[in-house]
Amino acid sequence: MTISELQATASQVRRDIVRMVHAVNSGHPGGSLGCTDYMVALYFKIMNHKPGTWNMDGKGEDLFFLSNGHISPVWYSVLARSGYFPAQELSTFRKINTRLQGHPTTHEGLPGVRVASGSLGQGLSVAIGAAQAKKLNNDQSLVYTLHGDGELQEGQIWEAAMYAAHHKVDNLISTIDVNGQQIDGPTEKVMSLGNLRAKWEAFGWQVIDMEGNDMQSVVSTLEKAKTLCGKGKPVMILMTTSMGKGVDFMEGTHKWHGVAPNDAELAQALGQLEETLGDY
Amino acid sequence: MLDFKVEGSNDTRSGFGEGLLEAGKKNPHVVALCADLIGSLKMDAFLKAFPERFFQVGIAEANMMGVAAGLTIGGHIPFTGTFANFSTGRVYDQIRQSIAYSDKNVKICASHAGLTLGEDGATHQILEDIGMMSMLPNMTVINPCDFHQTKAATIAIAEHHGPVYLRFGRPKVPMYTGADQKFEIGKAWHMHAGNHVSIFATGHLVWKAVEAAKALEAEGITVDLINIHTIKPLDIEAVVNSARKTGAVVTAEEHQINGGLGSLIAQALSQHCPTPIEFVGVNDSFGESGTPDQLMKKYGLESENIIAAVKKVLVRKSA
Repeated sequence: MTISELQATASQVRRDIVRMVHAVNSGHPGGSLGCTDYMVALYFKIMNHKPGTWNMDGKGEDLFFLSNGHISPVWYSVLARSGYFPAQELSTFRKINTRLQGHPTTHEGLPGVRVASGSLGQGLSVAIGAAQAKKLNNDQSLVYTLHGDGELQEGQIWEAAMYAAHHKVDNLISTIDVNGQQIDGPTEKVMSLGNLRAKWEAFGWQVIDMEGNDMQSVVSTLEKAKTLCGKGKPVMILMTTSMGKGVDFMEGTHKWHGVAPNDAELAQALGQLEETLGDY
Repeated sequence: MLDFKVEGSNDTRSGFGEGLLEAGKKNPHVVALCADLIGSLKMDAFLKAFPERFFQVGIAEANMMGVAAGLTIGGHIPFTGTFANFSTGRVYDQIRQSIAYSDKNVKICASHAGLTLGEDGATHQILEDIGMMSMLPNMTVINPCDFHQTKAATIAIAEHHGPVYLRFGRPKVPMYTGADQKFEIGKAWHMHAGNHVSIFATGHLVWKAVEAAKALEAEGITVDLINIHTIKPLDIEAVVNSARKTGAVVTAEEHQINGGLGSLIAQALSQHCPTPIEFVGVNDSFGESGTPDQLMKKYGLESENIIAAVKKVLVRKSA
């Protein structure tokens, strides 16, 4: 896919996100919109994966783990649009008897999801285990993870960070969505994260930066990250994004972390996002 | 016959260690993780035999549960090893979300459970773990009673798909269940038939129950003695059949009465066969430092406590 094709896909995914949360009047649009470009690049360009023959073990293909499970709308949209399940199923998001639970889970058997997430700070450990399983299986594929920056306040993240460096888990590319926002306000105000590059480097990781809302930067940085694998250290991408990206009144504020747009706001948002693949 | 042949004594954790090695030999997908307690958990033999399948995690139990969940993706069968306290209470949310809810084939192996951990005191003597783990949907909970049963259980859970909590202990206790036994998950072991009272016991309290049953039979009180090694799924049929026969029940466990084996049996019997029950266990209290024997005596987990409970329930039965 070309950069412009990826951008067009991202526009549709953003439409899916706001429509999904609007339809059920709940869910998390802010972080979903901010991470859309990364998720589209990953699923439509970067990862070697097989939506049509999805299975839990995922041998011989790259795996992705969403640790900040509340941005499920963007993941569900990308999974559907890349062929894991019909896009029409996005209309069931958060509704009774759905496979598209509020936070992602394996429990209802949704293709593409390999562990439940939502309670924060757990996904990195799980991804590390999956990456070590690949090594045991002589599987050269890679494992990707995404985390929120607020999530770094969870202690388990740092247990996992230490472990991955110690055990040389170098088939792992993690990304932190550095949008500087969390539920109670800016991260700097709630619980400042300090120098993230220095922290991850001190924990023994290779660290690179990425402009998460510039598709060209996303693709080239992820390609570069792949070349850093296999060198004895895990890879961390510090991805700068704007929460709510793509919908002007949602951008750059924590206000839309977990709030759905009303009818008028939905119309306004959709007016800013081109329908490129057809709404579900 | 209550005349079980005792072949020396050993700790149940050593049964785990031998079982883990055996499971590792039988299945190349068995892997193990430990949080800085290799010696205490008797995982040395597995580490020596299969160093590439062993993961030292350091003092970071939350991460251990997550890594174990991840290792199942790709077909491995991880066994985590640490003390029971750090295997459950410390990591409850990790187990709940990443293992139980996610249906990961992780075996959570927990040593030093209960008061018999001894001198380290209440910080380490977890008495709530059976309750916590039994409450989790999708979790199997097993509490074997001696070296051989623990070894057999360890081998059996490797062949069972799904999350399992395996609870065992620190002290050497009599070995009486026999080597080379077949361990059947969820199937209670009917150790002895009697008519006056049922005793349902688990873990270290099974041997105390055997001793109690011998003393009671000398007084003419016959005991239907059942070893509940699998607490979840509970063998309700065995529990109900025995209670229906005797009409009086005593439960015995090295755990809080609240939420433990006794609670689960009371729940089952109140629904299927209401029966007078007395409970031997820790009564809403933390433990403390002391030798295992001193603690079992002080907190009322000895065979004489089981005997007293039997006499009490028999009075209620005849009332």
